[in-house]
Amino acid sequence: MSRAEILSNIRRGLGRGEASEAQRKAVFNRLNAKANNLIPKRSQLPHAEQVELFKSMAQEASAEIIELSSTADVPKTVTDWLQNNGIKELISSSDAELNELDWSPLGDIQRTQRVAMVGDMASITTSFAGIAETGTLMLHSRGESPTTLNFLPDVHLVVLKRSTIVGPYEDAWKKIRGTFGKSMPRTVNMITGPSRSADIEQTLQMGAHGPRTLVILLIND
Amino acid sequence: MQIRSPEFKENARTALKEEGLQRALGKLRAGFPEKRAIAVERMPEFHDLRDEARDLKNHILENLDIYLEQFESKVQESGGHVHWARTGDDANKIILDICKQVNAKTVTKGKSMVSEETNLNEYLEANGIQPVETDLGEYILQLREDHPSHIIAPAIHLNLSDVSEIFHEKHGKPKSDDPAVLMQEAREELRNKFVAADVGITGANFLVAETGSTIIVTNEGNGDLTQTLPKTHIVITSIEKVVPTLEDMTLFLRLLARSATGQEFTVYNTLSTGPRREGDADGPENFHVVLVDNGRSEMVGSEFHEMLRCIRCSACMNHCPVYGSVGGHAYGWVYPGPMGSVLTPKMIGIEKAGNLPNASTFCGKCEEVCPVRIPLPKLMRHWRNNEFEKHLSPKAVRWGLAGWGFFAKRPTLYRQLSTASNWFMRTLGGKKGRVKSLPMASGWTDFRDLPTPTDKTFMQQWNDKKEGKQ
Repeated sequence: MSRAEILSNIRRGLGRGEASEAQRKAVFNRLNAKANNLIPKRSQLPHAEQVELFKSMAQEASAEIIELSSTADVPKTVTDWLQNNGIKELISSSDAELNELDWSPLGDIQRTQRVAMVGDMASITTSFAGIAETGTLMLHSRGESPTTLNFLPDVHLVVLKRSTIVGPYEDAWKKIRGTFGKSMPRTVNMITGPSRSADIEQTLQMGAHGPRTLVILLIND
Repeated sequence: MQIRSPEFKENARTALKEEGLQRALGKLRAGFPEKRAIAVERMPEFHDLRDEARDLKNHILENLDIYLEQFESKVQESGGHVHWARTGDDANKIILDICKQVNAKTVTKGKSMVSEETNLNEYLEANGIQPVETDLGEYILQLREDHPSHIIAPAIHLNLSDVSEIFHEKHGKPKSDDPAVLMQEAREELRNKFVAADVGITGANFLVAETGSTIIVTNEGNGDLTQTLPKTHIVITSIEKVVPTLEDMTLFLRLLARSATGQEFTVYNTLSTGPRREGDADGPENFHVVLVDNGRSEMVGSEFHEMLRCIRCSACMNHCPVYGSVGGHAYGWVYPGPMGSVLTPKMIGIEKAGNLPNASTFCGKCEEVCPVRIPLPKLMRHWRNNEFEKHLSPKAVRWGLAGWGFFAKRPTLYRQLSTASNWFMRTLGGKKGRVKSLPMASGWTDFRDLPTPTDKTFMQQWNDKKEGKQ
């Protein structure tokens, strides 16, 4: 009932009945074109400079960046980081990219593959893309990588391959469409730095409900 | 939320004397506008993006019915449900029904101004379901049985001591004057509530017709936990939020954070498309979108059409001298500041909200900073006309206007009168050239002096010039 009333109100306001075939066609052409709007020049750079821009923007948003020459270095680096912070368990996504690594450096630290739960201290996931324009990570849900890993633990470690860094958001959307076709993953998360809030007296505090710390393991592949 | 807009004048008078509120507002005036200015400076294309955003919104509104139908069919394709709600009450009923279907006892809520419009929390509580606000500001307000005074910084009217006080009372922990300690307390309190909730309700900043996705923008991550952990995710949103494609959404996202908090980008920009997929280990099993109208469809094609471009960034109120002096609660309903002065009369009636479009100096700052270039002063003026035509303006205003109109239509008389009043004002002002008190204008002169007019009126100067005297 409401639906018909709302739609007919809108049409009356626009001074027409149902849209004509020509008008609908124009709208669908626009939807299908997926054309870019104005893209700021900031990120329209050679790839090496996009990577530098990504790094500086992510750091400005308080993300920590550790550069590695290969994914093989991830287990040792993660172990050091967790030990320095006294963390004894790592909740991990089960992406092949992570599973195929040699995790023996972890020693006593437990690496568990499951959804995140209250009390988890650290998680590790991969990422789909990095967006240089604002130092933003793009992740998406899938069986191997539960979304709770991105939000519930205190520390979120993210593996980002240098080759997946793009300039503007628009290039990341093209990548999403290229990978998934017409159906989007259930969720796409764009993450720029760790969680924060300024709701108490407009004083910015890090670590509101999401991770207090965001560590980007940037692989120079 | 109880409507207190008719008492705007009393509300404002009280607000001006509230020390705590004035301290809080002082920080707002220094904070948001400065951060926005820096962000705008760093994005040379900012004003071109505003033009594009305005034009795109106009295109969307011209085709709103088509885009909404397209959005609906895409949500359904991805396994979600779309519900249409003509009024706030309709929306509340739809949400309660969904909650009952899944035997919900508690729901967590991400920040949603549309749910403030519909009084959703009170409605759920009255029907035996406990809503828990999870945005830090909204959580503080819920504990205090208070309401937002700003659309993106809901607890901006409170100071640290107010938060410490209510946390001490409700959490039973020692008071603290460290915001970090207080935030940690809220984080711990809410952790288990996120997990225990049967339903998560969030708003949406935009709805993408191309994909059937809803997007929320938060810095805290509360919206993400709200929508990921419970079995059912309900999005309560309004019909003007639809955009065509992901690229179009991106245009607005570039403007939103910069206009709002002055951030380059908000920490979490999260797209949701349907319920969890086969093989997913988490995420909601049910996904519902409630499209609320509540007066918006009647704005289409009306003199308030342009207001439907609003993306709820709050730049207009952050830069408004009136909002900055009296705060959001004085406006007496959900939406404060210039955007509220245009929207509120539409939603609760000009009879109750007539004071709001009059509570403006028409300095034009709101229009100057609006990311989608809404001519807010013009729209407030429409309401003033509307109020006048309905004979709702106060007698003093009507008689004043009628008196002025009488003289304005008789130029000779008008000139004689203005020459006389010029002389009178100059005499009152004396050598200092400032009038310290003026009969019937104490509202002005109690707080500031009135500069005296020039020796000659404009018409006298004009005639002198024509005759070559100067």
